[in-house]
Amino acid sequence: MQSAAEAPVMPVRRETTPSVGVAFAAMVALLAAAPFVVYPIFLMKALCFALFACAFNLLIGYVGLVSFGHALYFGWASYLCAYAAKSWGMEPGLAVIVGTATAAVLGVIAGSIAIRRQGIYFAMITLALAQMMYFFALRAPLTSGEDGIQAVPRGRLFGVFDLTDDMTMYGVVLVVVLAAFVFIYRIINSPFGEVLKAIRENEQRAISLGYQTDRYKLVAFVLSAALAGLAGSLKALVFQLASLTDVHWTMSGEVVLMTLVGGLGTLFGPVVGAFLIIAMENYLAPFGQWVLVIQGAIFVVCVLVFRRGIVGELANRLRVAL
Amino acid sequence: MFEIFGIPSQALFGQLLLGLINGSFYALLSLGLAVIFGMLNIINFTHGAQYMMGAFVAYMLLQYLGLNYWAALVIVPILVGATGIAIERLFLKRLQKLDHLYGLILTFGLALIIEGLFRNYYGSSGQPYAMPESLRGGRNLGFMFLPNYRAWVIVFSLTVCLATWFAIERTRLGSYLRAATENPTLVRAFGINVPRMVTLTYGFGVGLAALAGVMAAPIYNVSPQMGSDLIIVVFAVVVIGGMGSIMGAIITGFVLGIVEGLTKVFFPEASSTVIFVIMVIVLLIRPAGMFGRSA
Amino acid sequence: MRLVASMAFAAAALFGAAAQAQTSVKIGVLTDMSSLYADDTGPGSVAAAKMAVDDFNPAAHGLKVEIVSADHQNKPDIGSNIARQWFDVDHVDVIVDVPNSGVALAVSDVTREKNKVFLVSGAAISDLTGPKCSPNTIHWTYDTWMLANSTGKSVVKTGGDTWFFLTSDYAFGHALERDTTAVVLANGGKVLGSVSHPLNNQDFSSFLLQAQQSKAKIIGLANAGGDTINAIKQGAEFGITAGGQHFAGLLVFIGDVEALGLKTAQGLVLTETFYWDMNDATRAWTKRWQVQRPGKFPTMNQAGVYSAITHYLKAVAALKSAADGKAVVAQMKAIPTDDPLFGKGMVRADGRKIHPAYLFEVKSPAELKYPGDDYKLRATVPAAEAFRPMKDDNCPMVTN
Repeated sequence: MQSAAEAPVMPVRRETTPSVGVAFAAMVALLAAAPFVVYPIFLMKALCFALFACAFNLLIGYVGLVSFGHALYFGWASYLCAYAAKSWGMEPGLAVIVGTATAAVLGVIAGSIAIRRQGIYFAMITLALAQMMYFFALRAPLTSGEDGIQAVPRGRLFGVFDLTDDMTMYGVVLVVVLAAFVFIYRIINSPFGEVLKAIRENEQRAISLGYQTDRYKLVAFVLSAALAGLAGSLKALVFQLASLTDVHWTMSGEVVLMTLVGGLGTLFGPVVGAFLIIAMENYLAPFGQWVLVIQGAIFVVCVLVFRRGIVGELANRLRVAL
Repeated sequence: MFEIFGIPSQALFGQLLLGLINGSFYALLSLGLAVIFGMLNIINFTHGAQYMMGAFVAYMLLQYLGLNYWAALVIVPILVGATGIAIERLFLKRLQKLDHLYGLILTFGLALIIEGLFRNYYGSSGQPYAMPESLRGGRNLGFMFLPNYRAWVIVFSLTVCLATWFAIERTRLGSYLRAATENPTLVRAFGINVPRMVTLTYGFGVGLAALAGVMAAPIYNVSPQMGSDLIIVVFAVVVIGGMGSIMGAIITGFVLGIVEGLTKVFFPEASSTVIFVIMVIVLLIRPAGMFGRSA
Repeated sequence: MRLVASMAFAAAALFGAAAQAQTSVKIGVLTDMSSLYADDTGPGSVAAAKMAVDDFNPAAHGLKVEIVSADHQNKPDIGSNIARQWFDVDHVDVIVDVPNSGVALAVSDVTREKNKVFLVSGAAISDLTGPKCSPNTIHWTYDTWMLANSTGKSVVKTGGDTWFFLTSDYAFGHALERDTTAVVLANGGKVLGSVSHPLNNQDFSSFLLQAQQSKAKIIGLANAGGDTINAIKQGAEFGITAGGQHFAGLLVFIGDVEALGLKTAQGLVLTETFYWDMNDATRAWTKRWQVQRPGKFPTMNQAGVYSAITHYLKAVAALKSAADGKAVVAQMKAIPTDDPLFGKGMVRADGRKIHPAYLFEVKSPAELKYPGDDYKLRATVPAAEAFRPMKDDNCPMVTN
């Protein structure tokens, strides 16, 4: 997000700092112990959304592009993974790959169209593209519209791990999400990542230095879409259901919310934000539509007074990189 | 009765008319968005919720105060416009110095709050709003049955759109507005109260949305989600038309409504996605939109 | 010290034994609280559930019953998540109601996986006793086959032989259209076309226009709740009936008739398996129900919740345990049903609850004698004929 008046995120240091390592170790420990205390399905949902938010954060926090239509990749990957597992009888690992690949392809197509404009127009275009694919999902026979793809078999991973057991499934989801998290970290702290950050700070200067910024932006976009698709595919297997909710614009809004609350442009922000928002929704579920109101209120408050988000504020206070 | 491309004329003109009506709403709403964007450089995501508020306030006026449709047409835009002014003063002014995308996120959050509150109170299926007596019934035009109310919608929205265009492009106040958009500091130096103009412009744009809501109430049941699905289509309309000109927004709105209506006749499955498909095509050929100034 | 300990131990054992004697049962009413089916199910279903538990007097049967409720918002993912959480974490033993056939299918899968019980009162899709039948699910109240063969057949036989369908675009609408099309064709009628509309649709103008174009005598409304109400109201605006066409409300509840008003709804032919004004027993029950829902009249779905829970509790009391879903359902199939709302009936091997169906016609405003006096009885379909014969089910449980 470019603005002469305020840079929305603080500078990120380049090397692996001790704070990042400590935080990562703490996160792994917590998540490994959690399923014995907390309902594993809830944890898996939070993990999938954490990955979704991290993928979204890659685009907004490090490249400065706000996509308001990320549900497109999440949802359609979910559909294709569910379809592959159910109707094509694919083994879960393959089904997840099918879903992620779908998201990547959609990312290439949508990205090439959206990258032509910047700033607000970019956001509006991503939103409109996502909505177009929502209407497509509503009518396409593949998705079964309102009913969604139900009774998706979890199957046996590599023919060995029986995913119908919630704890086994949790282990698989945790491993995949952590691996993706590390992957994102490597992207950000690579030369490629440095160019992305340069584009965010001042695109004109990057162009004048000879970088083909459109190409970099597109690659980042596709990576973000593919990772969002990975999250969606996992979610389809966890809940054994792929439905319209996953492609609806409210889903796009949720991931913006999670990332904003957690902290834009921070590594751990999206994870914290995702867990927080999912927990809040769970807690508020009996109270009907108050969830929408509270989400909206959090948006407003965050934009007005809490732009750094939880992890961002923490990092700022402690003067470390997170 | 004759046939065009195998479709009976009755079906064609019927859907075209419905398309024109949809187009009236697209035009009114994209007009409001264009006016607001022109002045504040903010995409008002709350526009859909304000449209919904317009319909609900009209419903509430009828239900609790017995005020009829005609009174609502006048009162509702003022009431909802006032809430718009409050929003601008309380929230949007603070975001002026920030990246414009924060404005989008904030208005998105406001839209969620408003929709959530109404959903909580009224549930998510619609409330009925009785059609005004004088506009009930219709006439049989031979090639279709035209309900009077729908004819009124087209005429009234055209009038409002053209009046707004005239006010902005051809009056002195409008020229101040346009000048302030391009160079607020200079205009301020001339002694014109720019912040107040900005506030009032936002209120006016919101009022336009609310007016569209009142007009929608008798035909599209009053429900809390009525704004959110519509607003994204309006975004696409705005991207196609380009944010450059008021007249561009009006023309694009009506034309796209008609195109949607035609699609319903010849290719019904695509009718909800056709506007987005056109948006993609326009973006590939003319990234600034049909009437937009250069990006 | 030892005396105190052994006395404490004895007290604990006694206490434990006393607690053991009561079987704990938790009932979950999963319904639509805020959307287009809320009036026909929703809070009214919860009210019926509470009445069923109170009337059964659980303590006298050694049961301790608790009721929880939730809103599935017509979304299969929300519905199945709530069901899963209820079964896994909250120890719910049985889920009741679930209007919206898409959600019902999802919940049925989860219920089978967890070996609990699912009593479907709200959803209509006949596949629940067909290809999707399950030993953990009982389909109460009604289904699409029954509606098609009652309302559909009656309309065709009285001259409505060309049809155009306005279908709600999800499992229920498609099932209803499919079952009614079969009836129309079997009785010498023709289907001239159909169009699908989104669930919870507000604007029917373009669909109604297509229906008008088709020139079909009958516009079959394969939808329900708010969608049916909107279609009929907007049909009046477009002069459908003035043009000589008629609506066939394939699924209409008394709540819809009340919302439409007799002036608009008069003459509509519909099928329900319960009417509040049928006899003294139903009237007495309705009066008590209305204490919780003033100004409303109970629909067959809400009555079905009462009937289903009553029978369920009988089965659990007999088995002294609610833990094994399949066993409880088997017991519910073994004992005949009897309640003041549906009279005597039984549950078939495929999970279909059997009772008579009634064909009603909506009265004209002139015939209304008191609030809620909306229906006149046109015909009674005996229980044996009202539902699809088991041999036509395609239910894997039955054919194996």
